[in-house]
Amino acid sequence: MSDTKKYLVGMFDDDDVLLHAVKDVRNAGYEITDAFTPFPVHGLEHAMGLEPTRIHTAGFFFGATGLTVALSMITFINKFNYPTDYGGKPNFGLLAYVPITFEHTVLFSAIGMTVSFYYLCKLWPGKKPKIIDERTTDHLFALTFELDSTKDANYVNAVSELLKKEGAIEVYQKEV
Amino acid sequence: MASHFESPLREPLIFGNKTYKQITNDIVGPTTGKVQPKWLFWTLVSAAVAGLFVFCITWEVCFGIGTWGANKTVGWAWDITNFVWWIGIGHAGTLISAILLLFRQKWRTGVNRAAEAMTIFAVVCAGQFPIFHMGRVWDAFFIFPYPNTRGPLWVNFTSPLLWDVFAISTYFTVSLLFWYTGLVPDFGTIRDQSKTPGRWKFYNFLSFGWVGSAKHWERWESLSLILAGLSTPLVLSVHTIVSFDFATSVVPGWHTTIMPPYFVAGAIFSGFAMVLTLMLVARHVMNLQDYITLAHIESMNKVMLLTGTMVGIAYLTELFTAWYSGNMYESYAFANRAFGPYWWAYWSMMFCNLVSPQVFWFRKLRRNLWVTFAMSILINIGMWFERFVIIVISLHRDYLPSSWVYYSPTWVEIGIFVGTIGLFMTLFLLFCRFFPAIAIAEVKSILKVSGNQYRQGQLDEVKDQEVYKNTSVEAGTWD
Repeated sequence: MSDTKKYLVGMFDDDDVLLHAVKDVRNAGYEITDAFTPFPVHGLEHAMGLEPTRIHTAGFFFGATGLTVALSMITFINKFNYPTDYGGKPNFGLLAYVPITFEHTVLFSAIGMTVSFYYLCKLWPGKKPKIIDERTTDHLFALTFELDSTKDANYVNAVSELLKKEGAIEVYQKEV
Repeated sequence: MASHFESPLREPLIFGNKTYKQITNDIVGPTTGKVQPKWLFWTLVSAAVAGLFVFCITWEVCFGIGTWGANKTVGWAWDITNFVWWIGIGHAGTLISAILLLFRQKWRTGVNRAAEAMTIFAVVCAGQFPIFHMGRVWDAFFIFPYPNTRGPLWVNFTSPLLWDVFAISTYFTVSLLFWYTGLVPDFGTIRDQSKTPGRWKFYNFLSFGWVGSAKHWERWESLSLILAGLSTPLVLSVHTIVSFDFATSVVPGWHTTIMPPYFVAGAIFSGFAMVLTLMLVARHVMNLQDYITLAHIESMNKVMLLTGTMVGIAYLTELFTAWYSGNMYESYAFANRAFGPYWWAYWSMMFCNLVSPQVFWFRKLRRNLWVTFAMSILINIGMWFERFVIIVISLHRDYLPSSWVYYSPTWVEIGIFVGTIGLFMTLFLLFCRFFPAIAIAEVKSILKVSGNQYRQGQLDEVKDQEVYKNTSVEAGTWD
């Protein structure tokens, strides 16, 4: 396929070794393309210098939307579109709207964030994944370095050496 | 560098000197291999019982609500009892995964996946009752507010019954999203362990093409945390709103402000009981003793002791309030509960929910599997009786003695209830066979802190420190 890319892959068998390696590799001035781990390794995103995710901010706005939709819709219906007189009680009874407004806020926020998550990660049912190494969902950790046309043999050698020194159990090249 | 600090004196949560690889094998294992005859047998039995549900529901839809024992005086009976019972059971999953996540309780990782699955299946069962109690079930969509040509005729937004519609459907949706997003990485693991292309395709489809990239994990963790934060007030709100169905009415015995906290505590109580019933069996059949340890069981028993006692205090408070109110209708409602024709239901409830959980004050009994199993069944029964007591006993003798009745269910009602248990078990057995019953990635993430071999190392490190001088830090003394 035309959209395959070549990667230098360093495999690790321990998350602490991996974290240490990530720091040293970045200090040495090499750019890590991605890391693949079987479970969320705490501190990895900081070590790799990833931007903090803003998915929770999105969640706030989705929630605010849900709140607004629920409150305005209930108000419109009860006060204007279908006002009913129950023993002279006010048509706009904010306290009674709290439960549904709350549920709606949570619902919008949860659905919005989850959809955003799959959208941002580009995950969908039936997607053909680009698997660097099948063992990364099992017990090994992988660091990948994209090898584009600017990277020569010296670069590959230098990074491979460094990875091995840092405790990689395997270093190899792979095109996916 | 460990992901979090934990006292080395704490009991390990993973036994058996597990490695990451072994965790994968142990949890993916039950989803592979030949179908076990035992599993097939129980799944078919459960499916047959679920068939009873379908039959009885069909009967009810064809011949109408009159096939039920619920009638004019006792308008709500077994159906709402069962509804509240199932919804209560459905509370443990989200409590374990959401509230315990926020409180950083690491023991949740062993049980959260199955508990969440149980939540979803329980809510599915619960939902059947109000839907089919509508009678004309083909008009069930009338409960949702949508522009229509009948006026426009809208639903009543100030009615607790409508709040319930929103609460239950939101709870189901959010629980499902939470559960599934947690499952996605584990489906990726199963996919990568697959030997056949068919299996690979099936689990790849379920895994959404998950590969475990660092950025994905970062977003995944953030999403899990926020969903947990949202689910925490949600789970409390759901049973609060269920209790509003009763509390906002003017029926003596229902019209009490104690209802919301009392219902929430009861829900957690019954939910944990059901989790234990299922997990004790699953742990044994699927050989998960290293992941669902006595520490997990003991923690859940402690939660049951707490919530059971809270429920008990609520029962006693209700009695006191009824007497102290000086209101003869209120007093009669409670006297009738304890000494009326349904006295056996009331005292079963009292015994199962208030008296029996007190055995969990003793550590030996908290860590005894047989006692725990027996208690979990008793509590499930007790919590069913609690709802029966609240609903039926409060209704069966109303203000007009000429309309007093003694309600008993018909075979259709019994069939529907027993059938939902079959439905629930069928779904749960299918889950155990095809889905990872324990959160693989989450268990791996706590291995280095809570695994027994690492705990041994931590103990050896601190043995000579001043603060641990007077403590016994011998590993393996946890039992």
